[in-house]
Amino acid sequence: MRITPEVVERVARLSRLELSAEERATFAWQLSSILEYFARLDRLATEGVEPTSHAIRVANVFRDDEVTPSLPVEEVVAMAPQAHEGFVVVPRVLEAEE
Amino acid sequence: MRELVGRPYHELRARLGKDLSVRELVEAYLDAIEAFDGQVRAYLTVTADQAREQARALDDRLARKEPLPPLAGMPVAVKDNLCTRGVRTTCGSRILESFVPPYDATAVERLREAGAVVLGKTNLDEFAMGSSTENSGFFPTRNPWRLDHVPGGSSGGSAAAVAAGEALAALGSDTGGSIRQPACLCGVVGLKPTYGRVSRYGLVAFASSLDQIGPLALDVRDCALVLQAISGRDPRDSTSVEVPVPNFAASLEAGVRGLRVGVPTEFFGEGLQPEVRHAVLDAVRVLEGLGAVVEEVTLPTLEYALPTYYLIACAEASSNLARYDGVAYGYRSPRARDLYTLYARTRAEGFGPEVKRRIMLGTFALSAGYYEGFYKKAQQVRTLVRRDFDRCFEKVDVLATPTSPVAGFRLGERTTDPLQMYLADVYTIPVNLAGLPGISVPCGFVDGLPVGLQVVGRPFDEVTVLRVAYAYEQATDWHRHRCPLFRG
Repeated sequence: MRITPEVVERVARLSRLELSAEERATFAWQLSSILEYFARLDRLATEGVEPTSHAIRVANVFRDDEVTPSLPVEEVVAMAPQAHEGFVVVPRVLEAEE
Repeated sequence: MRELVGRPYHELRARLGKDLSVRELVEAYLDAIEAFDGQVRAYLTVTADQAREQARALDDRLARKEPLPPLAGMPVAVKDNLCTRGVRTTCGSRILESFVPPYDATAVERLREAGAVVLGKTNLDEFAMGSSTENSGFFPTRNPWRLDHVPGGSSGGSAAAVAAGEALAALGSDTGGSIRQPACLCGVVGLKPTYGRVSRYGLVAFASSLDQIGPLALDVRDCALVLQAISGRDPRDSTSVEVPVPNFAASLEAGVRGLRVGVPTEFFGEGLQPEVRHAVLDAVRVLEGLGAVVEEVTLPTLEYALPTYYLIACAEASSNLARYDGVAYGYRSPRARDLYTLYARTRAEGFGPEVKRRIMLGTFALSAGYYEGFYKKAQQVRTLVRRDFDRCFEKVDVLATPTSPVAGFRLGERTTDPLQMYLADVYTIPVNLAGLPGISVPCGFVDGLPVGLQVVGRPFDEVTVLRVAYAYEQATDWHRHRCPLFRG
């Protein structure tokens, strides 16, 4: 399977990864050769085979809805790259109305 | 102090409070780190002050004749993808370079409660993605047996630390072989428990349906002791399973007489180094000599396990790693203009090439138009792999295979071809797909590099896996060999 630089660009955008031109080219050929090897899966007939998402079957796990202490807000906010008065600061998301 | 280092914990424990203090034991290991880690580079962070403080507290308890917890004074290392309260947890990634978790992973918490003394955090392939520890965002770790060789990965720091006498035991994580393969390459014992045996709470997620925490140690008994401490249901991880935790060390000496050992044909085919093949088949003969019944079995889906694994693991990783967005913790790009560039540039600058490659591969496999052909297909093949194992375990009690197809490789040897690197885990990966317990024990040497035997068992049957590994280990002396580095 050949992965074109255009596919790489689209996948990179979905992945929220800014790639350099060099990375785009490298990933295009590396992903092509990896997927080519992976194509051997097509040799196996899997029609009607149930997919496995977890090796050990666990049904829905419930717990009592009890209130327990959370981590202190100050400790959590202290991990943020930029914070202000107990809030995490990010670039503006909405355009300001003029 | 040199005489203390490299002795298993079960030999030292009885001496604690008599001719040996916890402080002496811990200092001996801190000395070894000082002496060897400049060459091996197993550690990303050494927590000497904390370790000394913990040792003091344990010695106080000894002085007061209080009963000692099961791992009292055991100097351990923890892979740096396990959260440690107040101690930075980098995952081997620049994106988490300064991340200091406000809590302990359950496995770490349980180790501490059992009295183990944490010496520090060990190096790994970034986000546990790799088989050589060369993908660390900081520096590669070296194999203590031959410093120009890789220690394996991704728990290469943990394996190298135990092999070099820089920790008595260590925690690792195993998604496709990341405990067993480095244990094999570094000549120590490494066990991946059944999926669900050990809580993953506080383990930085790579592929959640495959990740499992487990011990690395000098021998099988120490391995069983550490497993004992960390096993069991945890309400904070809903995939940790409510099953009884047996006494793992109690039945080690039960022997293998009459036990059925399956040798899967496909694990001895193309790609296996001839000397490794000999060593592993010799090991099987040792088990036979001890009374085990050896049978040939088949696992025809082996050749499909590798692509299946990479599709599933990368798909899960692409979703798990979406959380590194530069917002609430970790690295943030100074070049962000808006929300999109905040994400895309933070991730571009924070992640290394292998992590980017896997996020790309996973996103591709999950994207519209490719989902059916890749991700769903892989999940279906995963069912077939599981069925193959089920069929084997109708006939035999355990499987015996090589852990790694080769006895190690040089630094740089496989870094340019990702697919070659992926093949390093060809024998360990199927075990994760099926969620089974597996152990690697030393079974020989090729050119001064250790070789490992992998023993795989039924779900939640670590007892039998350990019993077989112990019987083999006790019948041989490979586990007593120490690397040239710390023989001095």
